[in-house]
This record gives sequence, structure tokens and C-alpha cells, in this order.
Amino acid sequence: MNIVVLVKQVPDTYSERKLSSGDHTLDRDATDAVLDEIDERAVESALQLKEANDGSEVTVVAMGPDRATDAIRKALSMGADKAVHLSDEAIHGTDAIGTAKALVKVLGTLEGTDLVLAGNEASDGRTGAVPAMVAELLGLPSLTHARELTVDGGTVTVRRETDDGVTVLTAELPAVVSVNEKINEPRYPSFKGIMAAKKKPVTTLTLADAGIEPSDVGLSAAWSTVTESNPKPPKSGGEKVEDEGDGGSKIAAFLVGQKLI
Amino acid sequence: MDLELSEEHAALRATVEHFAQKEVAPVIGEFYERGEFPYEIVAKMGAMGLFGLPFPEEHGGMGGDYFALCLALEELARVDSSVAITVEAGVGLGAMPIHRFGTDEQKARWLPALAAGERLGAFGLTEAGGGSDAGATRTTARLDGDEWVINGSKCFITNSGTDITSLVTVTARTSPTEISAIIVPAGTPGFTVSEKYSKVGWSASDTRELFFDDVRVPRENLLGEQGRGYAQFLSILDEGRVAIAALSVGLAQGCVDESVRYAHEREAFGHPIGKYQAIQFKIAEMEARAHTARLAYYAAAAKMLRGEPFKKEAAIAKLVSSNAAMDNARDATQVFGGYGFMNEYPVGRFYRDAKILEIGEGTSEVQKMLIARELGLR
Ligand SMILES: Cc1cc2nc3c(=O)[nH]c(=O)nc-3n(C[C@H](O)[C@H](O)[C@H](O)COP(=O)(O)OP(=O)(O)OC[C@H]3O[C@@H](n4cnc5c(N)ncnc54)[C@H](O)[C@@H]3O)c2cc1C
Repeated sequence: MNIVVLVKQVPDTYSERKLSSGDHTLDRDATDAVLDEIDERAVESALQLKEANDGSEVTVVAMGPDRATDAIRKALSMGADKAVHLSDEAIHGTDAIGTAKALVKVLGTLEGTDLVLAGNEASDGRTGAVPAMVAELLGLPSLTHARELTVDGGTVTVRRETDDGVTVLTAELPAVVSVNEKINEPRYPSFKGIMAAKKKPVTTLTLADAGIEPSDVGLSAAWSTVTESNPKPPKSGGEKVEDEGDGGSKIAAFLVGQKLI
Repeated sequence: MDLELSEEHAALRATVEHFAQKEVAPVIGEFYERGEFPYEIVAKMGAMGLFGLPFPEEHGGMGGDYFALCLALEELARVDSSVAITVEAGVGLGAMPIHRFGTDEQKARWLPALAAGERLGAFGLTEAGGGSDAGATRTTARLDGDEWVINGSKCFITNSGTDITSLVTVTARTSPTEISAIIVPAGTPGFTVSEKYSKVGWSASDTRELFFDDVRVPRENLLGEQGRGYAQFLSILDEGRVAIAALSVGLAQGCVDESVRYAHEREAFGHPIGKYQAIQFKIAEMEARAHTARLAYYAAAAKMLRGEPFKKEAAIAKLVSSNAAMDNARDATQVFGGYGFMNEYPVGRFYRDAKILEIGEGTSEVQKMLIARELGLR
């Protein structure tokens, strides 16, 4: 089985994230960058499928600046076999639709893909739309929010879990599946994996290499424009509740006031 | 002149840092309080290959080097020393002698499970009558037909009595003038381990007393050359000192991490205590100690990996880093005030775990003896 995992490098969720003052896009230099946590789980799912199906191959596909190679290396050191990196100045500021279009072109450079895996949303943009858009553009079944994933012969089955409830979905391969943050615990790369990752092939593509129209990507192609942004206001002091024997009811009143209870 | 870590070493360090923060830090305090061996954490460390770091792939190892092991130990000890010493003793003392001195059969039989962290090995040198003076070994082993018959006892042996311990290599007199090393599989009749000691620190690690009462093992269990047990062990100890130095640096750095965080958080007299120079200077000194100790163990490891003599550098690294750990633990506890004396905070654990670093794998006095000897003073 040929499995492709779409991965994204995102700012570490534990560091402070900022928008750049110029074009209101994410200031990627201001924070530590890591492989997105949910994407790590998608990689783990792919590796588990590979281990259960002899002769499988896992390819990671990433779109992002040069330093996204660190996220790619992480996926390779976990055990993915090879990678394709779309890296081009012109992709800066691309929105979800542009990203989906570009990824579909990159997927087109790979042959015989049976399953495309992705995280259901990235922890930075959180649009949560790219996997479904990719499926739509490819004309493939889209199975999102997978909490469990099994492949049996040519059929993929997922247990889809959202706030609306649990659904079991099946589809014929090839298909696109996005996984949620509960699907598994990703493995830590071993030192053997880390050393092996260095020797694994990473193909770097420009827009032209992948046949992507420059007019489909970048900030100017985005369907929405951010006109203004302001940093989060600093946390205010909050409200102090003095306990004069009625602390409990004062807290309850506060929570009612906030419409929390 | 380049002190930068290679890309692979840096990636390993970051991976273990992440692992320690996520998998060890949240749970270790309770194991420590209960004096319980953390099998779950050991299994996770095994799965990510930490017990196989310096061993070749053909024996189930990761194909890395001893420095990789040191980096992992430093990052583990930054969070917790019981877990770090379990890896250090399992790899450095349990598996390494077999890798270094074992026959092909011995390696094939024991190494894969040890390298995978599925089983643990231990090394028993110290006896009640003497640790620093390892030549004073009283335990005996005599050949009877094709078997060694072992009698005696060992004390303070790390990893010797866990449910997953597969072997203890012991040093024993094989004649009045020679000491040899012999592999004793766990469960061999006549070989018993005591209950765990009640220790000041390293409470979640396994340390026991061992008894040998006419213990019979096959002749092939001799490890390395007969009569070379003592010399072999000394070479293992030289490496082990670099590993303990790394572990000490981890503890010293953990003290800095915790202190910096607390100095921002804790207020006294209207300001975070980190605003007061007395606290700033204390933490600055702590950082300087951790940093210089790290350079000392990097330097010793660099010589070791180049195959050059590194006895003096290893002794220096062990000496200064265990001092740094002890000093930083004392200062971090001071920064935390009364909370520093509470077991629920990591610095309380650091304080209790630091002292053994000046004792185990050669006391500070022994390190000074070694350094002086290397300077030609005998
Ligand atoms: C938690 C723990 C785990 C351990 N794990 C292991 C293990 O896995 N395997 C193992 O074999 N051992 C292990 N040990 C034993 C440890 O290595 C010894 O305790 C250590 O080497 C010191 O030996 P000793 O306790 O006999 O002290 P002693 O040798 O009796 O020393 C007592 C004091 O005298 C000093 N001293 C001794 N000789 C001299 C001298 N010539 N000049 C100046 N001062 C001197 C020492 O520095 C020390 O201060 C462990 C110990 C502990 C506490």
C-alpha cells in the first residue's frame, strides 16, 4: 500500500504566537517550529498501517518554507520512507484553498497512491478544511475526523468522532482520511531512526516543478484578506472574591454572570 | 574547534528532552514517593531505543555512540535521576561489559533483550567490606567440573532485583591473586536478592544486596579473561564516570530550570524574587556550574570517542559535575524557600538525589586520587 501523509510545520503551541505587522500573516521566525501534533499522529497511523501491510511505503508531503525540512526529518526519523517538499517563496500567505490546490499538484507527482492521510486541522491556522478540499479536488472519498482507522484489502474504515456524534464510515481506496488528536500516541523517534532519516530521499519542488500556477497560490490569491490585526490584550487582573462565609455563592454568581453555569 | 552537537545528536537530545517532559515529569513524583520502580516508563524508554544507544544494530542496538547515551542521560536527569540511573546502570554497567568483553554466544544470548530495555542487567562489584577498594573483593568463585561455584555477597547493586532483571555480572576471586567477572542469571538457585534498601534519594530506582550461596553457573559464564575482571571493570568505570557526569549535569541544569521559573513566579516584598540580585546571582552561579560541568563531560567524551586516553578527563568531569549537582541542588532548594523542602516539588527530589553523585561509581576522593595519579603523584 502506498500511503501519503500531508504534514505541516507549525509554531510550537507552547510558545507565544504572533502575526507579522506587515501583511498580518503568521510570523514564523518569531517562534520555535515543530511538526504539527496532529500530523504526528497521522504519521503514526501511516506507520502502523505500513507495519501491518508488508511492502507498504510511507511518503510525507509538506508545503512550507525551507526550514519545514525539520518537520520532514522528524517524520522520516519516526519511520516514513521518503518525502516531497514544496518550497517556493511564492507560496507565502497561501490560504486553505490555494494550499489544497497546490498539494493536489504535488500529489500528482507521486504514482499509485492508495491512501492520503492528514491531521484534521493544523494547530496554527485551524481552518480544518484542507483534507476535505484535497479529497474534493482529487475526486476521492473524504473521511474526516477519524478516531480509529483500519484498512482491509481495498476498503478503508474509520470511526469518525465529532461533537455531533460518532459515525462509522467506509470507502474504497484510494481515499483521503484526516485523523483527530485521539487516534493514537505517536512514537518517539529512535536514534537509529534519526540517523537513518538523514539518508532518506527528500525531493524538493518549486511551483514550476509541480506545475502549480503562481496565480493559484500566495497572499494575493487568498479568498480572504486580513485588513487589521492587534495583539491579544494582556490578561487583566481578574475579579477577586473575598470569602466572608459566602465565597461559594459569590463564585457561583460570577459564573452565572459569565453565562458559564 | 567545534562544540556544536551534530544534527543527529541534537535531534536525539531534543527527542529525549520532549520525552522526559511529557512522559516522566508528570508521573515520576508518585513513583518516588512510593519507592516504586517505574516499569511503564522503562518500557517506553526501551521502545524508543534508549537502552540500545551505544550498541551495534546486529545486537539490537541503535548503532550510536557513548556520547549519545550521555546526552540522553543528561536530559532524563534534568527531570528525574531515578529514571536516568536505571538507564545508566542498565546500559553502562549491565550491558556494556557483555558488549565489550563477551563472546559471540554471550552477546547473542544477552544483548538483544538488554538493548531493547525488555530486560535489565546489573554489575556487582561493591561489597559490604569495601567499594572504593575494589581489590578487596571477598566473594569467591571456584571451578567444580564445568561449573563455577560462587559464594559471598555484594551490596548497593543497581537494577539487581527488578522483575525484568535478567543477569548480574559479579566480580569474584577465582584464586587468591585473581579477580574475574562471571555472569549470574537471575533466578539461579542459591542466588538471592534482599528487599530494596530504603535510600535517601534515587527512590524510584532499584538497589539491593545480593547473596551467593553455592551458586552454580556454567563455566562459559566467565566474562572476558579469567583474572582480568578487575582491570576490565576499571575500564568500564572510566566510561561510566562520563555517564555519571552527564547525569549530574542534567540534575544541575534541572535545578537552574526550576529556579528560573520559580524566580519569575514567586513574589516577596512586592516583586518577583528574580528581581533581587541575591537570587539572580545565585541562579547565575548555578548556570555557570552546569555549563562548565557540561563542557567537562563533553571534553572527556570527545577524547573517549577519538580513542585517546581519557582517564583524567573522565575523573575531572565526574568530580566537577557531581559538585555542581550538589551545589545547585542546595541553591535551588534555597530559591524555593520552604517549598524547596517539600517532596512534591522537583527541587526536593533534586536535593535528595544529588548526594549519591559524589559517592557512586567512584567517590570524589577517588576521582582526586585518579587525577593526582595522572599528574604523576603516587
Ligand atoms: C544507590 C547506590 C547505587 C550503587 N550501585 C552500584 C552498582 O550498581 N554496582 C556496584 O558495584 N556498586 C554500586 N554502588 C556502590 C558505590 O559504587 C560505592 O558505594 C562507592 O564506590 C563507595 O564505596 P563504599 O560505599 O564502600 O565507601 P568506602 O570505600 O568505604 O569509602 C568511605 C569513605 O572513605 C573515602 N576513601 C576510601 N578510600 C580512600 C583513600 N584511599 N583515600 C581517601 N579517601 C578514601 C571515600 O572517598 C569515602 O568518603 C552503589 C551505591 C549506591 C549508594
